[in-house]
Amino acid sequence: MYNDKVIEIFKNPKNIGDLKDANAIGTIGNASCGDIMQVFLKIENNVIVDAKFKTFGCAAAIAASSIATEMIIGKTVDEALTLKNADVVAELGGLPAQKIHCSVLAEEAIQAAIKDYKEKNNG
Amino acid sequence: MKIYLDNSATTPLNPHVLEAMLPFFTDKFGNASSIHSFGREANRAVSEAREIIAECINARPSEIYFTSGGTESDNWALKGAVYVSKNKYKHIITTQIEHPAILNTCTELEKQNVEITYMNPSKEGMINPKELSNLITENTILTSIMFANNEIGTLQPIKEAATICREQSVLFHTDAVQAMDSQKIDVKELGIDMLSMSAHKFYGPKGIGVLFVKTGSRLGKLINGGEQERGLRAGTTPTPLIVGMAKALEISVRDREKNNQRILRLRNMFIDRVLSEIPYVYLNGNRENRLPNNVNLSFAFIEGESVLMRLDLAGIAVSSGSACASGSLEASHVILSLGVKEELAHSTIRFSLGVDTTEQQMDYVFNVLKKTVDDLRRMSPLYDYEKGIGSYV
Repeated sequence: MYNDKVIEIFKNPKNIGDLKDANAIGTIGNASCGDIMQVFLKIENNVIVDAKFKTFGCAAAIAASSIATEMIIGKTVDEALTLKNADVVAELGGLPAQKIHCSVLAEEAIQAAIKDYKEKNNG
Repeated sequence: MKIYLDNSATTPLNPHVLEAMLPFFTDKFGNASSIHSFGREANRAVSEAREIIAECINARPSEIYFTSGGTESDNWALKGAVYVSKNKYKHIITTQIEHPAILNTCTELEKQNVEITYMNPSKEGMINPKELSNLITENTILTSIMFANNEIGTLQPIKEAATICREQSVLFHTDAVQAMDSQKIDVKELGIDMLSMSAHKFYGPKGIGVLFVKTGSRLGKLINGGEQERGLRAGTTPTPLIVGMAKALEISVRDREKNNQRILRLRNMFIDRVLSEIPYVYLNGNRENRLPNNVNLSFAFIEGESVLMRLDLAGIAVSSGSACASGSLEASHVILSLGVKEELAHSTIRFSLGVDTTEQQMDYVFNVLKKTVDDLRRMSPLYDYEKGIGSYV
């Protein structure tokens, strides 16, 4: 059901864990639905200089978290906000239909983290 | 290394079974309904197989009906009982932890105005047969309670339930698909009216099952057509599959005690080791009243499918929930019915051992499992890896 790229990323995900000096954290999902995605960002001068994740979820959720964090490192905050779940799916080379929601979680977790950053910096 | 721990999903065909089946695909290919010598040869083999299977459960050969498998047997038992019932209002009693072959048949029957009562299991996955006395009404035509649960392996009090039903003149059916390989089943002693089984759960071929129907029980037809199976189940008799099923059950009964003892020991060692060496792991289902090959564990703070996939990448085949339910995103209805919280239910894995399972394999599985749980918890937002403490939010 999963393609080789998804399997490979699930086997060796990048950017796992807490980011101690994160200045933005976004959490999406809940355990009772079977997935929670948490994204930690370190943003300097409006650029995402580092990103990490923690995910409770299936192989697709973990692979989507890994690839999404990789895709936004080095991007500006506004660029990262344009990342859509379809971009995550494309980068993974496709996901089974019933796993598309995992890519949506990745998009939403990043948006939630950026919202957290903007709120902290405006408030 | 490839390790198969999903024997509750299906078992490999025993080579002796294959050997017994082969001639009936080629030389002895006759239609068992034909009257010429080719047909008679096939018919003889089917009759012998029917006798063997009947003997294994202490039934009469005429009470054994061949079907396409457990699902058809379950469908037939329930729908067949409804079709012949003359009650104006029809009521069936079953449990929340049945296989989808029963539960979805009940959903279908509800659309036809059959009332269904679903008994709740205890936290340990046991049905209390005493509750039946209060649930049976004048409209109740049938009770269906599985012999052993397919996910958590709990063995239900079939004799007690069947006795209560008989006293109230209610038919008693049991789905014994998971139980056949390891449990001694005597339909007379247990007082069972109907029983479903499936050959591929005891090292026989896929595509063949049996519905035992006690003499005198009235049952409508599910499949119309020719006069096979004494006119009650049409369709060309699948001689090779029937021969294979009988051979497989014969071997299963012959080797039962030896296999049970060996598998039970490996199973208990594995459970003890996991529970003592991996924190936040919970065994689902009563530990004693359970199939000897079943392990069902919930691993807090990580999700079941990711555990399954990691084990698969290491060559180990297990199941999250049941094979019939995987692919769906919902937590197992069986685990939820035990009162396990949804977040923990999503973290459930079934390991089902088999005749080929070895101690060395189980050691390897334990080591891979421990590392897998550790790795996945390291990336779980619900677990503080440094402190080794987790919590749900």
